Amino acid sequence: MATTSSTPAPKINRIGLSVMEYKGGKTTLCAGCGHNAISERIIDAMYEMGVQPERVAKLSGIGCSSKSPAYFMSRSHSFNSVHGRMPSLATGAMLANRNLLTLGVSGDGDSASIGIGQFVHLMRRNLPMVYIIEDNGVYGLTKGQFSATADVGSKLKTGVVNDLPPIDTCSLAIELGATFVGRSFSGDKRQLHSMLKAAIAHRGTVMLDVISPCVTFNDHEGSTKSYKYMKDHEEPLQDINFVPYFEEIDVEYDAGTTVEVTMHDGSRLRLRKIEESYDATNRIGAIQRLLEAHDKQEVLTGVLYVNSTAPTFIDLLNITEEPLATLPESVTRPSREVLEQCMEELR
Amino acid sequence: MATTDVTLQGAPGRLERKPVVNDMSIQVATVNGSGSQSSNTVLLRSIFQMGVPVSGKNLFPSNIAGLPTWYTIRANKDGYIARKKEIDFLIAMNAETAHEDVLSLAAGAAVLYDEPLSLNSLRNDLTFYAVPYDKLVAAVCPEAKLRKLVKNMIYVGVVARLLDLDMAEVEKALRKQFAKKLKAANLNMAAAQAGFDYAAANLKKQDPFRIVRMDKNLGKIIIDGNSAAALGCMFAGVTVVTWYPITPSSSLVETLIDYMKEHRIGPDGKATFAIVQAEDELAAIGMVIGAGWAGARSMTATAGPGISLMAEFAGLAYYTEVPGVIWDIQRVGPSTGLPTRTSQGDILSTAFLSHGDTKNILLIPNSVSECFEMATDAFNLAEQFQTIVFVMSDLDLGMNNWMSDPFKYPETPINRGKVLSKEDLERLGTFSRYKDVDGDGIGWRTLPGTDHPAAAYFARGSGHNEKSQYSERPDDFERNMERINRKFETARSFVPRPEVVSAGKSKIGIIAYGTSHWALVESRDQLKKEYNFEADYLRLRAYPFTREVHEFVEQHERVYVVEQNRDAQMLSLLKLDVRPELVTRLRSISHIHGLPLDARSVTDEIMTMEGK
Ligand SMILES: Cc1ncc(C[n+]2csc(CCOP(=O)(O)OP(=O)(O)O)c2C)c(N)n1
Ligand code: SF4
Ligand SMILES: [Mg+2]
Repeated sequence: MATTSSTPAPKINRIGLSVMEYKGGKTTLCAGCGHNAISERIIDAMYEMGVQPERVAKLSGIGCSSKSPAYFMSRSHSFNSVHGRMPSLATGAMLANRNLLTLGVSGDGDSASIGIGQFVHLMRRNLPMVYIIEDNGVYGLTKGQFSATADVGSKLKTGVVNDLPPIDTCSLAIELGATFVGRSFSGDKRQLHSMLKAAIAHRGTVMLDVISPCVTFNDHEGSTKSYKYMKDHEEPLQDINFVPYFEEIDVEYDAGTTVEVTMHDGSRLRLRKIEESYDATNRIGAIQRLLEAHDKQEVLTGVLYVNSTAPTFIDLLNITEEPLATLPESVTRPSREVLEQCMEELR
Repeated sequence: MATTDVTLQGAPGRLERKPVVNDMSIQVATVNGSGSQSSNTVLLRSIFQMGVPVSGKNLFPSNIAGLPTWYTIRANKDGYIARKKEIDFLIAMNAETAHEDVLSLAAGAAVLYDEPLSLNSLRNDLTFYAVPYDKLVAAVCPEAKLRKLVKNMIYVGVVARLLDLDMAEVEKALRKQFAKKLKAANLNMAAAQAGFDYAAANLKKQDPFRIVRMDKNLGKIIIDGNSAAALGCMFAGVTVVTWYPITPSSSLVETLIDYMKEHRIGPDGKATFAIVQAEDELAAIGMVIGAGWAGARSMTATAGPGISLMAEFAGLAYYTEVPGVIWDIQRVGPSTGLPTRTSQGDILSTAFLSHGDTKNILLIPNSVSECFEMATDAFNLAEQFQTIVFVMSDLDLGMNNWMSDPFKYPETPINRGKVLSKEDLERLGTFSRYKDVDGDGIGWRTLPGTDHPAAAYFARGSGHNEKSQYSERPDDFERNMERINRKFETARSFVPRPEVVSAGKSKIGIIAYGTSHWALVESRDQLKKEYNFEADYLRLRAYPFTREVHEFVEQHERVYVVEQNRDAQMLSLLKLDVRPELVTRLRSISHIHGLPLDARSVTDEIMTMEGK
């Protein structure tokens, strides 16, 4: 199978930047925290995709996960906001400047509990952005309480057992209208890397739920979000190969075993099926398979759903091409004649 | 049952009453959802077109159809447009409230009623006119299902006859009202004419009230405050608008949508704006902040319950220093309160909205023209000071119709504040987001997407230093908060100054703001005429208070602060601001009944407090 990460990364990328230009501040998260690995993958993916760092807006809510935008891409603008309300901030930013590449980083508490209202509405708008949930099943920053993605029967260190069903953010996202939905694992370097590159190329809401173990509060026996549990229960649906538009396609693929999705920018997403009957373009099938996975205690990973042609929120609003933020007064303030006309109508 | 003739009982000497010209308050009592709004607007506009100063106030229930509604039109030759307590001319269309409505009238008032209601037996000190609406409407409107909607236009014709309104003006107003619907216009005009003809043939004028043509309204417009605000925002160059429907603010954005669709679509057919109905007020303000951070002129409109929900985000914007404009069309709280009644009850909570030390700039319009003008002020101040600016309108201003001189085209250019461009960064090499380089407390910012490696900064709600780096250092936190406070102090010289009316002699001052102003204009005349009591007056237009406000309190021994809330909220803000020894000068006059403030109540209260 072909991967783009197996070849050693070149010294500079296609826009002439070295990977250093994509680094952030030194992490203050616990050593071994899954969130750190995700930051690394974001750096690599952005670097390999040759994204101009200044074009990127990083947004987050509150939590250990939401701190992580400080640890990658210092050359990008960032906004670490309030707990659970990053989606609205991202929406506003995209309305103001449709040319931004918006990357949201959230946690399972941030998205599935306090922020579930904004989360679901973001999904249904198909706002062009990449939304990552760094999912550890607990509230890391407040020292390990259960979150709403914790599985039934999972156990805290203190012995407390969760007996409420989890919210599956992926099936929610698919149901509500997100157009690129995936699940991955912070420890699955290759899969996450390819998935992030495809996410960057996608136009529409990308929702990635990345299982990201909290080594301090939820990595023990009895946790269903631990490194060990993931090793034993991860069920990848596909081998993911992403070929960006600016790279030659060298390897042919077998249409019998591989599905190819052409992205908005001409990039290709190749999904070589591991689970043969899985069709990532079928919404209903995807949701059904996710429900089954819960019953079988499998953690399905891979591209769960993709639709590269649906209109985005920006399309629906018919917003002018130039960013609204920088439109000149001559465009945003109507003329004297318009005011006079409005006054006349009121006489 | 009442005859169709005038029923005139008792009240000796009333016939000799002197004519009352261009000075009356007409109240229409109906049920909501009955289409009476069109009739009332036509009546209002007819008087307006006759050159007589007029105002209309809708007192409506929080309900879609079937509950009592009162619409009050005040015509006044001297230009008083505040609510007047007494009703002179009642149009009683609602059986449910008719008895109470009639019983609460002052002697000498006139009542026009639907004949089957037989109200004429209730009192003998009023003038009664009965009109058989059902009979009349059947004659002009063959389609039975339309009759309910047309019936109300009949009273417009009757009143036109009784008050001497020119039917040509009625027709003009009516055709404007139904501009896009010719059939409806014709049908309604027939109804109005039927009312007029009926009154001419059957009703004998017995009350003293008359409208006589004047020329006070030349060139004037009629508009509600929310529409004026919408226009103002469009001309202020707003680009991102978010909202979550709530009375009395919804119509601001709904009108804005109409205006923007008409006037802000570019030559390419694309919108130079985005308007988004958010999922709630948390999201509405979140989008405003996200857009403001990314450089848009962004706004939302809401009322008290929405303001409460926005509290946490307001603090984020304050501390990360992101511009935005929030219109608060105040209604009566706490909780759902009286959602269709007016109030000035959000002053204190909005001034300090959010936790920690947060202080916000408030602008307070008193008129439709200020709604228009303050839109530009609000956006300019928000971007200049990199903070959220709240515009504190209210239901009375926002949802009622007001006369006004036509709005003046904004001459102030759009001020985007301190924003560094790529070229600036090339020159400077680097910048510190939260450094007070100019001594006014305001740092320079960059917008996401600025194509320069040094452009980015990390906005965060957590403690940060001048470079916007995470910091928990006590000195960093303190210094930063002091600087943000310096912005607020700087703002005192930039927010709209108060309107001061002072002969420089009186020891007594009155402070009011927003729509209370209109009652004060009239009350001060009453005080002068009836009690020979002259007080100086200051109308606040913004928080933080400017120098003039402090001077005004210094100059007066007693200062009455008139407001439409229970807890003397503006007075509380003044107390925090004036020298401690002046605090005892401040006296509160507060009203919380949810009705627009009337002059008489203020006059009486000031006189009582003055011991007269
Ligand atoms: C309004 C509000 N309520 C509560 C908190 C406290 N709080 C901070 S982070 C957090 C949970 C974070 O959990 P998650 O999003 O899963 O992030 P993690 O730390 O696990 O990465 C909570 C409850 C807050 N910051 N704001
Ligand atoms: S507490 Fe858990 S989530 Fe937070 S940094 Fe440590 S390992 Fe990561
Ligand atoms: Mg978590």
